[in-house]
Amino acid sequence: MTLVVAGAAAVYTLRIADDCLVLSHRLAQWSSWAPTLEDDVALTNIALDLLGQARAMYARTAELDGTGRSEDDYVFMRDEREYVNCLLVEHENGDFATTILRQLLCSTHQLAQWQALTASTDDQIAAVASKAVKETAYHRDHATDWTLRLGDGTDESHRRMESALAALWPFTAELFESDSITHDVAVLGVGPDPEALRSEWDSYVGRVLGNATLAVPESTWRPTGGRRGLHTEPFGYMLAEMQHLHRSFPGVTW
Amino acid sequence: MTAIDEIRRAAGAIPDPEMPALTIADLGILRDVRVDASGHVDVDITPTYSGCPALDTIREDVERCVRDHGYEDVTVSIVLSPAWTTEWMSESGRVKLREYGIAPPRDQPFDLKPLAIAVECPLCNSPRTRELAHFGSTQCQAVRRCDACGETFPHFKEH
Repeated sequence: MTLVVAGAAAVYTLRIADDCLVLSHRLAQWSSWAPTLEDDVALTNIALDLLGQARAMYARTAELDGTGRSEDDYVFMRDEREYVNCLLVEHENGDFATTILRQLLCSTHQLAQWQALTASTDDQIAAVASKAVKETAYHRDHATDWTLRLGDGTDESHRRMESALAALWPFTAELFESDSITHDVAVLGVGPDPEALRSEWDSYVGRVLGNATLAVPESTWRPTGGRRGLHTEPFGYMLAEMQHLHRSFPGVTW
Repeated sequence: MTAIDEIRRAAGAIPDPEMPALTIADLGILRDVRVDASGHVDVDITPTYSGCPALDTIREDVERCVRDHGYEDVTVSIVLSPAWTTEWMSESGRVKLREYGIAPPRDQPFDLKPLAIAVECPLCNSPRTRELAHFGSTQCQAVRRCDACGETFPHFKEH
């Protein structure tokens, strides 16, 4: 790969790594707080899968950007403006309904993305994707089951899912945005055009929400900026908590 | 016995840290052993799941095992492709898993659609079991209950 090309691929893999890491950290915040023991275990297992996917993509980023940075360097030594995850993954956990709905929206997108990436011209990315596809299919199953149960459940669970949908839906537009990076990686066959993932996402999410008796909200607000390092307010607090120990005691291990 | 066979046999017998009834050869985690002309040993291992926390322990165990057999110069690499699948689990591994109380993965390739084959209870062999939770005590396990004997048991998910 030429330098320019490797540069685009490195930004692209960093975006995927950041999406996985931030969502992983949000889910890990549920540890010991989930409504049932089974879901405490489920959410933290999903977090662990995502952390593994993030590690693999940070490792690939370090090769592509030529800096040789460690996984810890990317995670603990970058400030908010250097993170390039989408805004949806950093959204606060809220109640269980909000977390489940965020999982449905994210895992459906991630599954479509990993499936496309199994055909990546970058062998390393394709290898990570072939493993991640199976893991993410379980994540989507979990979110689907709960969306059906809560949406088509009691008046209270339905109400909570509706308000979660109203809060999260605007953030989904960003998942399908294109820019020069996604254009370059698509031309090279490294990654799919984000827009190409939309029809499968629309169809799956639409079907699940329909079966869960939930209506897709009308929204013209399309918050964006995560890919350029412009994040929502809660993200800074999350990073501060996540990075505090490492920055207070540089190089700490256990 | 060649050096490769010796190392493969010794490293293959290392127990999995989370399921010590099974070896890393049973699970299909040990992928390849190579010895070059200078005596340098290369061992490839593969993770079962992306974030599997047992992998670092397995890597250290393999390094120590190879050195204990007199091969000081060893590199253990983690290979991701082709991705690990439960189809690589040996037949003896499946038997050991069942004896350990964990229902082995069904003999069917991973698919996004639900599997049609029943999961049999490892305690009473009844096919009348149902899933209680997708996720269990490790990344690779789900939790099921047997309708026949009433026991709850872990199931090694198809992957």
